[in-house]
Amino acid sequence: MIPAAFEYARASSVEEASKLLNKYGEDAKVLAGGHSLIPLMRLRLAQPKALIDINGIKDLDHIKEDGHKLRIGALTRHVTIQNSKVVHEKLPLLAEVAGEVGDNQVRNMGTMGGVVAHADAAGDYPTIALILDAEIVTNQRTIAAKDFFKDLFTTPLAADEIVTEVVFPVANGPHKYIKFRRRLFDWAIVGVAAQKMNGGWRIGLTNVGPTPVRANAVEEALKTGAKPEEAAQHASDGLDPAGDLRASPEYKKHLARVLTKRAIQQAQGQ
Amino acid sequence: MKHKVATTVNGRRHEHEVEPRLLLVHHLRDNLGLTGTHIGCDTSQCGACTILVDGKAVKSCTMFAVQAEGKSLTTIEGMAKDGQLHPIQQAFWDEHGLQCGYCTPGFIMAAAYLLEQNPNPTEDEIRKGLEGNLCRCTGYVNIIKAVQTAAKTMSTAPARKTTVTAGGN
Repeated sequence: MIPAAFEYARASSVEEASKLLNKYGEDAKVLAGGHSLIPLMRLRLAQPKALIDINGIKDLDHIKEDGHKLRIGALTRHVTIQNSKVVHEKLPLLAEVAGEVGDNQVRNMGTMGGVVAHADAAGDYPTIALILDAEIVTNQRTIAAKDFFKDLFTTPLAADEIVTEVVFPVANGPHKYIKFRRRLFDWAIVGVAAQKMNGGWRIGLTNVGPTPVRANAVEEALKTGAKPEEAAQHASDGLDPAGDLRASPEYKKHLARVLTKRAIQQAQGQ
Repeated sequence: MKHKVATTVNGRRHEHEVEPRLLLVHHLRDNLGLTGTHIGCDTSQCGACTILVDGKAVKSCTMFAVQAEGKSLTTIEGMAKDGQLHPIQQAFWDEHGLQCGYCTPGFIMAAAYLLEQNPNPTEDEIRKGLEGNLCRCTGYVNIIKAVQTAAKTMSTAPARKTTVTAGGN
């Protein structure tokens, strides 16, 4: 399968990339790892007029400790996050999630910024970003994760705006991400993240709606002393997931409840 | 507009003018004649097109040729040296780690990356390490045996271990 023709330009700095995006307007796309974009282009579901390749912007590939925060550069590959000593120490949930994205080949190419900017409902990082109150830093501003994932594949990013960093808080308490899927390398049918932080639980759900979902009702129930199996019954409160080839809406809601219980229990067992 | 792409493939330097939309796998097969890299699924799932780019396993159907500018690539054709199969190739042969053989080049390149990262993997680590490659003849048992055998051979003959950097500099 051959993508539609496009113009290609390499940017060596964020400023240059932004200028190039401006030049081509809405029809341009940023090329980072390309592992969501290129498959869409091969199917001609995406036909950008221009690709701005940011892979040469080396200062976007970093993991920095900044007080009680971890700053992950947009171009940081999944494999780097998965193997990062700092991430394992400061935010092990993120290392665990990175190791579950795609497969070795995908993790060698795919990037933090790419996943976040693509805003696929089945993306794993958006759920983690949402429940941890991460911040998405661009070349123009800083956006709270809760304001970033607007809808399916929809973010507030302007045409010439580029994600440069995702900033997570440090959290190294009990945690678990369960990614339920039929094949190892596949997207989540449903994913559940659990992280204990500042004395409370943060619970998030992947692929149960157009955006990641924070399971507020579960968090509240746990706060008032409910057992994991009781609290998890609230995981499907208010959900209206779309059915797809892999799962019906009812099954996704069932998975949300069952996996939430398991995620909390497994996190507690650490 | 065409772009220049200069690569070192299996130790040999190549320079071509290519359309940006040309996928790396098509560049290897059609421009360089290296047809050992297979196109299996065209959807980034099966791993038949796996090659090493600067030592890292990637799916060459999910990268544009222009992205390979200045990079060192190793394909299945770069594995055997001086008429001798690479230990991973030999192990796939000895353990019959294939049936139809279509997925084999991708498995061998993914295994080369895996063993470079982890020279002595457990069975679970092999299964996880090869998760990006599909064999539709369901020959996984022998593929895993082949990787185990290759790991043993390569640990006793370290001189043959340098495959994934072959062609670099």
